[in-house]
Amino acid sequence: MEHFPILSIITFLPLLGVLFILLTKGENADRNARNAALWVTVFTFLASLILWFSFDKTTADFQFVERAPWLGDNINYHMGVDGISILFVMLTTFIMPIVILTGWDVIKVRVKEYLIAFLLLETLMIGVFCALDMVLFYLFFEGGLIPMFLIIGVWGGKNRIYAAYKLFLYTLLGSVLMLLAMLYMYFQTGTTDIPTLMQYNFDVNAQTWLFLAFFASFAVKMPMWPVHTWLPDAHVQAPTAGSVILAGILLKMGGYGFLRFSLPMFPHASVELAWLIYSLSVIAIIYTSLVALMQQDMKKLIAYSSVAHMGFVTLGIFAFNTQGIEGAIMVMLAHGFVASALFLCVGVIYDRLHTREIDRYGGLVNIMPKYALVFMFFTMASVGLPGTGNFVGEILVLIGLFKVSIWTTFFAAFGLILGAAYMLWLYRKVVFGELVKEDLKTMLDMDKREILIFAPLVLFTLWMGIHPSTFMDFMHVSVENLITHHQAAVSVVVDTVTP
Amino acid sequence: MTEMMLPNLTPAYGEILMALGAMALLMLGVFRGNSSTRFISLISAALMIAALFITVNWQDTAVYTFGNMFVVDRFTSFMKILVLVASSLAVIMSIQYFKDEGEERFEYPILLLLATVGMMVMISANDLMSLYMGLELQSLSLYVLASIRRDSELSTEAGLKYFVLGALSSGILLFGSSLIYGFVGSTNFTVIGDTLAHANEHLGGHAPNIGVIVGMVFVLSGLAFKISAVPFHMWTPDVYQGAPTPVTAFFAVAPKVAALALLVRVLYVPFGELSHSWTQVIVFMSLASMVLGSVAAVVQTNIKRLMAYSSIGHIGFALVGLAAGNQEGVRGLMIYMAIYLVMNVGTFACILSMRRNNGMVEEISDLSGLVQTRPLMAVALGIFMLSLAGIPPMAGFWGKWYVFKAVIAKAVENPMATDYGLISLAVIGVVASVIGAYYYLNVVKIMFFNAPEEEFMPQKSFKMTAIMSFGAALMVLFLLPQVNAPILEYARMAAAALIS
Repeated sequence: MEHFPILSIITFLPLLGVLFILLTKGENADRNARNAALWVTVFTFLASLILWFSFDKTTADFQFVERAPWLGDNINYHMGVDGISILFVMLTTFIMPIVILTGWDVIKVRVKEYLIAFLLLETLMIGVFCALDMVLFYLFFEGGLIPMFLIIGVWGGKNRIYAAYKLFLYTLLGSVLMLLAMLYMYFQTGTTDIPTLMQYNFDVNAQTWLFLAFFASFAVKMPMWPVHTWLPDAHVQAPTAGSVILAGILLKMGGYGFLRFSLPMFPHASVELAWLIYSLSVIAIIYTSLVALMQQDMKKLIAYSSVAHMGFVTLGIFAFNTQGIEGAIMVMLAHGFVASALFLCVGVIYDRLHTREIDRYGGLVNIMPKYALVFMFFTMASVGLPGTGNFVGEILVLIGLFKVSIWTTFFAAFGLILGAAYMLWLYRKVVFGELVKEDLKTMLDMDKREILIFAPLVLFTLWMGIHPSTFMDFMHVSVENLITHHQAAVSVVVDTVTP
Repeated sequence: MTEMMLPNLTPAYGEILMALGAMALLMLGVFRGNSSTRFISLISAALMIAALFITVNWQDTAVYTFGNMFVVDRFTSFMKILVLVASSLAVIMSIQYFKDEGEERFEYPILLLLATVGMMVMISANDLMSLYMGLELQSLSLYVLASIRRDSELSTEAGLKYFVLGALSSGILLFGSSLIYGFVGSTNFTVIGDTLAHANEHLGGHAPNIGVIVGMVFVLSGLAFKISAVPFHMWTPDVYQGAPTPVTAFFAVAPKVAALALLVRVLYVPFGELSHSWTQVIVFMSLASMVLGSVAAVVQTNIKRLMAYSSIGHIGFALVGLAAGNQEGVRGLMIYMAIYLVMNVGTFACILSMRRNNGMVEEISDLSGLVQTRPLMAVALGIFMLSLAGIPPMAGFWGKWYVFKAVIAKAVENPMATDYGLISLAVIGVVASVIGAYYYLNVVKIMFFNAPEEEFMPQKSFKMTAIMSFGAALMVLFLLPQVNAPILEYARMAAAALIS
């Protein structure tokens, strides 16, 4: 099928920006590089709008498919999006200009390298969501570690090297096991084509091992308890823009992986091992929420809240019904906006006072009213206030889960209360109270650039909460298809086991 | 009947050209002295390139000559290309180094040329005699090369150590050869292979005579020394560190490719029937090399020692392909070595550029903040390190991909009897690669995260920069089908030539 290779263009457009940045020279090099990066990311977003508007929502097939021979042996360059992945592609292209703006004035050293790292990362992230070949997927999935390692290691905080290593080695260890599983699947089926593999029925015993190998990788990426410990470190040490990417997009790769690989390819094992996912997710929700309550560092608190939110995502995915999975996707998208925004909120005051310690703040509402409003909005969104995207996602997950396991639902819902507790506590400590600390009194409210960054995030969070069907329509057919296929596969296996 | 007739020389024209060339250059050197080193080096490199075009033979059938002692087929062609490319680059990279050090010796390129002839004979060997001849020609030249800086204590020590241990390993290998000859009655690979197959068939699956197996293991040990696989690796770090850097760059690639090629042929042609015996040995060596290479490298501070342990680890990964014991595995090994060549030559081009006013430096900490003083070199070395670590999308990842693919395929070939030994080999292998990633990343960290130190002297040789950037570009561009297709395809054909 010959058509305009729109997915490749979106994926590799940021590399063009890298080229531009490499060419900038002279006095204004940094400013020109910033402009180039911003324009390229904006163009990438505009290009991805073509996907958005020409996407056919009535079919679960992959669209905008591109295929080219690549490595021989049935390994092809195969790209395409369905109703699930298109949302993540859009999320990525949407967040990127915001990320570039975030570091606009803050990053002063090695600006060009900084921008190059982010643009490379964008290519790799979009690639992950578009790849329809396992090898290609793995390439993008792992390749993203390199720029992230550099971003944290070069522009991060005091303990940045430890955090960069931890991120890299944790994720790599999980991923190499997935690589072995991929090799096994390749040998079994003779192909690495994801749509073909989704139709293949793997041996029931093998499924368990394959599932666990993929789980090792996605659980670390997600991150799930108990392999979540790299996340708080990475978040705290990363520059604000790095945190935004991490929370906004990179964490979604785990959930996307579950939806793309684990559920359709190992349906039996995913049902068999659902108890494991439930327990780990519930522990994650309760435990990390309690840990979040004790944090002194704002970024750490939000990082732990991310782990809790991701617990909802895994619960939703492994509920195996429409509400659960659609809810999980909504939570991921909403979390992409809200967690990004919360890290940006921390970034705003960090840029002014250069500390993230909660006790150093207090009473900001008196001098920074605009900031207080924005922060309030996203705190509420994170808690799951009706009218925001999180609410839609979380309620759907709980409904889906309720059909499967009442006790799990109970604990998950209890986690929501804890979530409200730590977020409101954070907000009260930072924004309310008397303005007594001297160094706070001179702080300026948000400037135009900062407002410009937050405006689209506010808009989309509300949009998702008030009119979620804009987004749900995209995923609906694909999710239905996934579930039908999944149930069919599970029932076949059950039939053969108990004749 | 035709006692006076010469054997068919055509398949060996490349070797003959290089051997004659080496002697002619030796005469030239004797008359013109050390001032002609540069000229002799360039001619040596040119001879290697010329030999490369002569030796390559992509015909479907193997050609035997010298009474079946010498063979040329697609497999030998592939490996010889690697050896010749590595050797010629090693010569080119050494020119500037010895000039800067004021140590120009015309013997250096000639010895290198002779060592390369030895390697080519090794690759083409189809007889225990020609194997030993090639191996010794190579080894003796390498002993001298390691100690070419006579005034340096480290270099002399390296040469001596290498010589003593190398002689021991040659002895072991000879002992093994004599056992094999005693029990089989021939030194020719093809004959040994046929005899064992015949015995196997007629004895109804009885284990072959223990003497043959002992002999094979001895030969295997001798060769394992040459590729520095654990537990025969002890010499590697000291020799790597002590030898002059261009020599180390040479040691790291060409001899290993040659010895591996020989190992593959020995295991598949004469001892193909005994694969269940040697697989265990290879699996052990592979595992031990991967683990030791990864773990021991973590504490190194000298970049040449680091590369020594890294090469031990990489040999372990290449052996994974051999442990698979199938055509796919040999193909993986060949792809691995092709990529390994570029990574190592590139890395050593960077190491050779680490020069300050008071001479060469070789501590990893000397690279501190390199990205700010020499961005091009830092990015290139960073790419090589990530590639050595096997992080996609760098080429090093594909090397690992193909060997692990072969071993997984072998392990689960038969659904009734999954081979857990090979599965654990794969799992431990990938875990070792994660541990290994730590120290490669450490180099990246030092270059990119730390504060810059005193700047290196500018690289005078344009060739070095070219090798560096071209190598780094290849590491990334291996993704493109235009780049990877020839290597993948020729490796497939070469592996098929050896194992039907």
